[in-house]
Amino acid sequence: MNASTLPVRADVVVIGAGIVGNSIVHHLADLGWSSIVLVDKGPLPDPGGSTGHASNFIFPVDHSRELTDLTLDSMRQYEKLGVLTTCGGIEIARTEEREEELRRRMSSATAWGIDAELIDAARAVELVPFLNGELIRSAFWTPSVAVVDPLQAGALMREQAAAVASLTVAANTEVLGIDTEHGHVVRVRTDRGDVETSTVVIACGVWSPRIARMAGATIPLTPAVHQMMDVGPIPELAVTGVEIAYPIVRDMDTLMYERQSGADLEIGSYAHRPILHEPDHIPSLAAAQLSPTQLPFTASDFDPQMEDALELFGSILDREDVGVRHAINGLLSLTPDGSPLLGETPEVSGLWSAAAVWIKEGPGVGRMVAEWMTHGTAEIDLHTADIARFYPHQRTRAHVRARTSEGFNKTYGIVHPREQWSSSRQQRLSPFYDREQALEAEFFEVGGWERPQWYESNRGLLDEFGIDDRPHEWDRRWWSPIINAEHRAMRDRVAMIDVSAFAQFEVFGPGVVDYLQHLIVANADRKVGRLIYTPVLAPNGGFRSDLTVVRLGDERYRVITGGADGARDAAWFARHLPADGSVGFADVTSAVCTLGLWGPRARGVLSSVTGDDVSNDGFGFATAQEIEIGTVPVLALRVSYVGELGWELHAPFEQGKLLWDIIAEAGRPHGIVPAGIGVYGTTGRLEKGYRLMGAELSSEYTPVDAGLAFPKVKDHDFIGKNAYLRAREREAVAVLCTLTVDDHLDSTGRRRYPQGGEPILTPTGERIVDRLGRPSYVTSAGAGPSVDAYLLMAYLPAELAVEGTSLLVQYMGERYPVTVARAGRVPLFDPDDARMKA
Amino acid sequence: MRIMVCVKRVPASGGAPQLTEDGRGIDTRHLSFTVGPHEECAIEEAVQLVERFGGSVTVLTVGPAEAEEQLRFAISLGADHGILVEAGPDEVDPQATAFALTEAIRDGEAASGAPFDLIMFGNESPDAGHYQVGVRVACALGRPIVGGVKGIDVDPDAGRVRFRRDTPGGAEVFEAALPAAVAVREGLNLPRYPSMRGRLRARKAEITELRPHVPAGGLRRIRLRVPEQQRPETVVLGHGASAAPAVVDLLEELEVV
Repeated sequence: MNASTLPVRADVVVIGAGIVGNSIVHHLADLGWSSIVLVDKGPLPDPGGSTGHASNFIFPVDHSRELTDLTLDSMRQYEKLGVLTTCGGIEIARTEEREEELRRRMSSATAWGIDAELIDAARAVELVPFLNGELIRSAFWTPSVAVVDPLQAGALMREQAAAVASLTVAANTEVLGIDTEHGHVVRVRTDRGDVETSTVVIACGVWSPRIARMAGATIPLTPAVHQMMDVGPIPELAVTGVEIAYPIVRDMDTLMYERQSGADLEIGSYAHRPILHEPDHIPSLAAAQLSPTQLPFTASDFDPQMEDALELFGSILDREDVGVRHAINGLLSLTPDGSPLLGETPEVSGLWSAAAVWIKEGPGVGRMVAEWMTHGTAEIDLHTADIARFYPHQRTRAHVRARTSEGFNKTYGIVHPREQWSSSRQQRLSPFYDREQALEAEFFEVGGWERPQWYESNRGLLDEFGIDDRPHEWDRRWWSPIINAEHRAMRDRVAMIDVSAFAQFEVFGPGVVDYLQHLIVANADRKVGRLIYTPVLAPNGGFRSDLTVVRLGDERYRVITGGADGARDAAWFARHLPADGSVGFADVTSAVCTLGLWGPRARGVLSSVTGDDVSNDGFGFATAQEIEIGTVPVLALRVSYVGELGWELHAPFEQGKLLWDIIAEAGRPHGIVPAGIGVYGTTGRLEKGYRLMGAELSSEYTPVDAGLAFPKVKDHDFIGKNAYLRAREREAVAVLCTLTVDDHLDSTGRRRYPQGGEPILTPTGERIVDRLGRPSYVTSAGAGPSVDAYLLMAYLPAELAVEGTSLLVQYMGERYPVTVARAGRVPLFDPDDARMKA
Repeated sequence: MRIMVCVKRVPASGGAPQLTEDGRGIDTRHLSFTVGPHEECAIEEAVQLVERFGGSVTVLTVGPAEAEEQLRFAISLGADHGILVEAGPDEVDPQATAFALTEAIRDGEAASGAPFDLIMFGNESPDAGHYQVGVRVACALGRPIVGGVKGIDVDPDAGRVRFRRDTPGGAEVFEAALPAAVAVREGLNLPRYPSMRGRLRARKAEITELRPHVPAGGLRRIRLRVPEQQRPETVVLGHGASAAPAVVDLLEELEVV
């Protein structure tokens, strides 16, 4: 399979023979790809990338379900290849705050079904006798933590691929170019010849941006330094005679780890300053002192960490005859949001990215990307890792560097689920921004947009509605009781909400109806002016997104989707445009601003500023009309995500401030309040049981599971239809439910509020999993101020999805009783939607 | 014993050396810096001598400000003091280096009123390899010096030192009265790795910095040239058991079996 010349043609060329490239080759071969070329500039088995110097240990528990699933899949693969050694792992809390984080970790372990335990200092010292127990408050013990050999795994994967497919492995081969024609990959040029191919995978780790650029695509990652050193020889470790005999220790509060490596202790750190590199400045194999990704150690950056390590492991490290034998600045890949970069690049069809992947996820990523390339979808939902998720500004070098600099120290950090980034902010501002600032908005970010989460100027509403704060700092972090007050004011009166972060596209042309019919579940061929809410499915019948389509004309539609999903949706819609040019696509996001006007008095406000008929007869629910508000031509949509009478008012971006002022002024006699996304995205939404892409909706759930299947299935074929039909025919496996928390008091008498991600348990504390192995956990959590309850959404197996069923939720180490309040999509608040349709 | 060890900041070797664009230096952008292996042994020997007989080890270097890193490295291994003669970023020729070192040693000896018992050098620097700095310094100070040394046996009470160096057929042993100078070779001892505590100690150690006027020496480097590198080619000797004879032949050719 090793070749000095390359075949002239191949089904696929995979560039990069690290753990990811090898795994992709292996799984593509398994899935029936017959001619595969694997190219790497370096030698084998270690071509010199990050795989060759990684620490190779795997802690399976992560708060993210996707990452955990990828890790667990990878561990199974490593084990099957015989390159996994289980050693156990301990995560240490030195501080009270970290202890709380470990309790949260325990919730995640329970939710994802991983055996773990909170242990005291004595037990930790029993497991790793060299620890200074006096520093340890408590620890999180995961018996399944393991070390792996990714180079050996890669070699075995190549062998297995060669056994079932025609695999050409070309080491010491440099890629000189990737040719495209009409936006599609056609050829890879190397110093050993060219290969014609329509599919290329870039699995080049830190070099990926360089290689992608050859084809005109971007892979937004930066090489960054992770420092580590080997200290030894330590007789107590040497006598074990094995690579690893003791559990790996993560000293979480110092952002470090220590692991045995034969007679040495390897010490790694995520505490030093972010040290970023440029992909173009990584030394060549020839110029590198050790390897291109093992750069000279910069001791001054590591010194403080050495003191921390000496403190924790003094008994074996603080000796004159135990020396620093090896120390490097190892390069790894960082991305702006910390997630991998997987999938077909939005710029070039046939060009796939499989980059920014850790050893612990490598094999799983390989399997999922191979499935995705073969079937159009993967077993594990990968939307948070989809390379198409970035907007243009998020692909810039400046953004990547800003966010990775900020994110590096979060690697072992305690990250609140609502935590906001502080760097690279103020990128996209709606025309309402100045007004919102004047109202002391607290801005949260989505897709680069600054959106008010709540307004401090509404603090007076707290007394009016008698709203209490949350007693625990964690529960109220990145939150305000003002959100609940704004919610009540909206339900009582009327609110204006900035929803300009919507991504909006126009699709048009003679082929547009067929085009849309092929992409969405709902029937697109409705009369002009009709609003269509619809799932967009992946080929497996799971969710790709859910969005609103408005028919603006016979051959023109507006597509409106969430700010978090706009880039992925734009790539999906653009990729499916027919080749014959019969459909045009325009992203109009930057041309349109949107102001939501909702509440029982919305009609009073709107009718006072427009001459158009906005009565229920003149402007029915789920319809769209062009209206005039003063001099502002507005596309008004009678729709609501918060369950109230009202409209989305879409206006020319440059007239936004004018629109805001007109509505604010007209709303004053009606008691209008500005309300934030806290209401729109959480409280209002949860009371109405509306599902959110990325929370309730993912490719692992079908519209039937989510309660979003339509009564009828249209005749027209569409992506995911077969799977959708199958899901409709079989008995429901899981049902999306709304639960209420019955008692918030913890053992100390304080009220606690789950934040999302927590496991739902049976009354006896058993983990709940449906027939397909999908766990029950909180997908969204938030207050329901108008139903006087705290609401959780979770998928439950059909047999438990019965209203009135009592269950438990595990939050921060304690369990709280919850009740299934709604099974399915009927909302808790205003179940007949009478208010919206008033 | 008071021992002075002279060291030089040099790029660590690893891959094939890359030259700067003008061809007069090594491109060090991707390299770390170190002291040469001979000098590591000199430091180790000095530390061991002081551990045995008491006294102190001073490390001295002439070079750029960054050479402080090499002094701290020596301190992390057990040296007590560091002196940096800052001579700017450019390579200093052996004549000028020797001049600067000699002046610094004279200053140190004048301040304490006594000579260093032993002044130690690496036999040659791994980058320039002029083989002459130690000799120049010893000569200027009027001290005896022996080069290529792989064994040192000191009798401080008697004020005597014996130096051993290996020859193809045996060894030569020299005796000199202290104070003396020596240029040592790798193999003299097995240098230790710095302990973590040692590194922390070195971080806080005070480095004496000197900025004397150093007259330029007479040696100029014109150009460096890297020999053509052969691209390694993999040769498949065969597959399965039939490959065994070819493997044996190769191993015999390599004198492995």
